[in-house]
Amino acid sequence: MSVLKIEGLSKYFGGLKAVNNFHLTLEAGEIVGLIGPNGAGKTTVFNLITGLYPPTAGTIQFLGEDITGLAPYKVMRKGIARTFQNIRLFKNNTVLDNVRVVFNHRIRYNLFDAMLRTPRFSREEDAVTAEALEILGVLNLTERALDTAGSLPYGAQRRLEIARALAGKPRLLLLDEPAAGMNPAEVARMVELVRFVKERFDLTVLVIEHQMGLVMNLCERIVVMDFGQIIAEGPPAEIRHNPQVLEAYLGKGVTVA
Amino acid sequence: MRLSRQSVVILVLAAVLYVVIRSVEAAELINPYWRMVLDQSLIITIGALGLSLIYGFTGQFSLGHAAFYGLGAYTAGVIDKLWGHGIFPFFILSIIAGALFAGFLAFVIGLPILRLRSDYLGIATLGFGIIVKVAMDNSNKLWPVLGGATGMSGTPQVASFDVIFVIAFLMILLVRNFVFSSYGRACTAIREDEIAADVMGIDTTRAKVLAFVLGCALAGLAGGLYAHRYPFLHPSSFDFLKSFDFLLIVVLGGLGSMTGTIVTAVCWVFLLEGLRFVLGQNFIDFRGVIYALILVITIILRPQGIFGGREWKMFVPVINVAGARKEDADRHVST
Repeated sequence: MSVLKIEGLSKYFGGLKAVNNFHLTLEAGEIVGLIGPNGAGKTTVFNLITGLYPPTAGTIQFLGEDITGLAPYKVMRKGIARTFQNIRLFKNNTVLDNVRVVFNHRIRYNLFDAMLRTPRFSREEDAVTAEALEILGVLNLTERALDTAGSLPYGAQRRLEIARALAGKPRLLLLDEPAAGMNPAEVARMVELVRFVKERFDLTVLVIEHQMGLVMNLCERIVVMDFGQIIAEGPPAEIRHNPQVLEAYLGKGVTVA
Repeated sequence: MRLSRQSVVILVLAAVLYVVIRSVEAAELINPYWRMVLDQSLIITIGALGLSLIYGFTGQFSLGHAAFYGLGAYTAGVIDKLWGHGIFPFFILSIIAGALFAGFLAFVIGLPILRLRSDYLGIATLGFGIIVKVAMDNSNKLWPVLGGATGMSGTPQVASFDVIFVIAFLMILLVRNFVFSSYGRACTAIREDEIAADVMGIDTTRAKVLAFVLGCALAGLAGGLYAHRYPFLHPSSFDFLKSFDFLLIVVLGGLGSMTGTIVTAVCWVFLLEGLRFVLGQNFIDFRGVIYALILVITIILRPQGIFGGREWKMFVPVINVAGARKEDADRHVST
């Protein structure tokens, strides 16, 4: 069974076809890249999968279950986590609380347990804190656990976004430009990190990225979008020389040197 | 129930504070007028904590807080006036009824309006405040007991300092326990970034409605105490300007700081009454100018509020993280 199966997915904003007849199938354990020029509709695809936009047409199946049109928090509870292109951390909360809040839907204590600090409250809080710290440890953020998220340096904020996504125990991880604004050395580390968390947490990964170094290194398969449509699909080596892809990125009349 | 070291410290300090205030009273160092101001400051603290939950912690801008304060006051007041006659259990039941009624109405109007974005929410709650004020002004046409625009009197004045102090103390503890739980984390996540909170699995509508209902119920509870401490209820005590008072306290204290709300609420009430003496009868209306000036100056010099999201250490549960830097541990929120 495929982890994710998208068929005929479209999203129109008035006359603008942001995503048009998009399809994608992800098998368990794959790392797939989604690339394309600015405005091609990549992030819109993420927003459709995570339920932030209702699709105009099409279906999204996750582990064989139809999740089309489900509210974002419900999609997340099914097992899809994401990061954001423009980092969206809870900046004034501590790093630890950024991760702990993701455990909320698994917490069983009720309002009275919280208000009266019952043993059940303490037990669950301790468990959640321990689990959150474990994830922070994996991403090398333990030292900053009690600092506010907004005070972290840029690279650490990117890592915290991934930590927060992992806290939901997802099966599918959507990364929206995880290496944006990073230098080549940092990009290389990000490639390692994504590979590592994929193995460690047994994930399927779909990644949007402009840094070709990252995409070509990391992904087994690449989907190229332009003007809301898929224009090419295949392994990195093939995509690199696909004339349609070169045209989309660089314009007509360019040949491969 | 496991009592942390911090809870013990809070309990001991509250007891000390209580003894100090009572001895000062016993020594007749403060007259009944200032005792009334002291009680009022605790009542306003309870109400302001409610708005702190709604706006400071959850980020939902409300301009109608005094309406819920008034609903609680009238509900508790009229119940005790008609049936309670100042019997203590009835008094407690009536203020609980006031809180429940305010919370219930908050739930009914919160469900539709909390879907709005923050600035529109301000307008919607402002509208609700006006509806409640007009309803109070004309309440005597439906039920003469409520008095309408001439106000209502006759509620037994049974709210002693002891009762108000104990309730204020309990509410501070409950709010603190709420804030430092999964519920509080959901609220602050929504304040920081509602879309991200949604994508991280938080049912944002539910969390917002819960914070709004609890916050308004606290306002209702404060109103119920007010009705039992001040013999005359009048619609103008619960109008837009009163909502603005609560808002000022929360903003001046610093959004996302309980400590800021509590300290500012107490200081604010004493300041307003103090100015009455400093300015004298002829200049009493200049109070409005002075407190607006305080607001303007604070916002220019310290836009994050007096406490800027920091909490008194005793409020923040200690989490031991091996290998974490310690210096920022008391900083629950910064700006």
